[in-house]
Amino acid sequence: MSTFWSIWVSVIVLGTVFGCWWLLYATRKSQTTDVETEKTVGHSFDGIEEYDNPLPKWWFYLYLSTCVFALGYLALYPGLGNFNGLLNWTSTNQWEAEVAAADEKYGEIYAQYGQTPVVELAQDEDALKIGQRLFANNCSVCHGSAARGQVGFPNLTDDDWLWGGTPEAILQTLHNGRMGNMPAKGVMPNMTNEQVDQVVNYVLSFSGREKDAAAAEAGKAVFAQGCVACHGPEGKGIEAMGAPNLTDNVWLYGSNYEWIKETVLHGRQNEMPAQSGRLSSDQIQILAAYVYSLSN
Amino acid sequence: MKHEIVEKNIGLMIVFIILVISGGFLAEVLPLFFLKSVNEPIEGLEPLSALELEGRDIYIREGCHVCHTQQIRPFRAETERYGHYSVAGEFVYERPFLWGSKRTGPDLARVGGRYSDAWQRQHLYNPRSVVPESNMPAFPWLFEDVVNHKGTAAKLSALQTLGVPYTDEQIASAAGELEGKFEIEALVAYLQQLGTVLSDKR
Repeated sequence: MSTFWSIWVSVIVLGTVFGCWWLLYATRKSQTTDVETEKTVGHSFDGIEEYDNPLPKWWFYLYLSTCVFALGYLALYPGLGNFNGLLNWTSTNQWEAEVAAADEKYGEIYAQYGQTPVVELAQDEDALKIGQRLFANNCSVCHGSAARGQVGFPNLTDDDWLWGGTPEAILQTLHNGRMGNMPAKGVMPNMTNEQVDQVVNYVLSFSGREKDAAAAEAGKAVFAQGCVACHGPEGKGIEAMGAPNLTDNVWLYGSNYEWIKETVLHGRQNEMPAQSGRLSSDQIQILAAYVYSLSN
Repeated sequence: MKHEIVEKNIGLMIVFIILVISGGFLAEVLPLFFLKSVNEPIEGLEPLSALELEGRDIYIREGCHVCHTQQIRPFRAETERYGHYSVAGEFVYERPFLWGSKRTGPDLARVGGRYSDAWQRQHLYNPRSVVPESNMPAFPWLFEDVVNHKGTAAKLSALQTLGVPYTDEQIASAAGELEGKFEIEALVAYLQQLGTVLSDKR
């Protein structure tokens, strides 16, 4: 703040405080008597008159003490332009002190957990308690408070993993996020509607649920052309690409004919947002252990 | 001084009243107009794109700001949950600002990038489908209605007049960019940029 505005603010603030003080004494001085009487100020409205009595003493001194309080406050805290106050308080300072105090209390615990391997950490009940809280705050919005997922958001409690369930893979997923992308009609953009029907039947046949055996048989060729690149020749998926296993009866986007057809026709895009800019690496380590513990 | 003088001279009373109520404004508000730290954008801050701006207006239309704040206070409990506390320089292009005053839902100041686009869409279509405990209303009509871009160019140029650095090309191409866009796309675009300029570790 420039000197001008600093002085401007100080003059108005102090002027207000002392102005109140002056007003208090000025009106008191004009009082003709110090004790309560029946005397009125002399006007009458509909027969209602106003007593001309002094302010009660306790009230007067209470008012005065608010002025004194204001001056004390202005001495200790910032309020007068560029004057920082004797306590040197700022909201940022206060936040930093809060964070420093928490770091002192929890920093060592976190640092220790951060260096413990995920598998070992997943056995530590205290770490898992922290992990559960972190999960509730940061992950449950998509994966659900019980980590069982929703349509489009994977269940983390089963043995099926899109991007791998090893500690390294989980850490990688948490730190850097994942982008899942199934293009519409796989890598066969000119797939006809008939071929879509065939390939859906073929995919259903992995779990013995095809509607039309002949179509499923014909779908094998379509699958080989449009889907194998990501889902593999046997439909077992490729973890490195996040391409799901189609044979295990775990479905991210619904398992019936209509849902699978929808997936084939329009593709699916999904994103796990990277957490490394949001959580510390110690917190991510604990979270990885928590997620790992859900299925191990 | 006698009360009577003030009480019986309405003109004088008006002068005193104006003096009293302007004290707060003169001391607390007026100097801020000339204070660098509240008038200068933080590094990397860009004005909202045409799509994001229309998204912001949908945010206002649907009353999102009634239940969601966009201001993280400098308390550890808040910075742990939401990210770096809000700073004045993030809001210099905000007209009006959408800080809100009540948190029925969580703060959204740094919600940008926190969830995937797919999650945002699904959640806005039916919040209960992803967060069973949620009491947020559903907004399915955003998926049916296209953005009305008749006023977009006028909005941008009004903001330009107020000092938001939009270029004339941006204003000219605004309506074209929005052709055929659904309201949900605008709202998600707006949400996904919130607070992303200053993202710090919690």
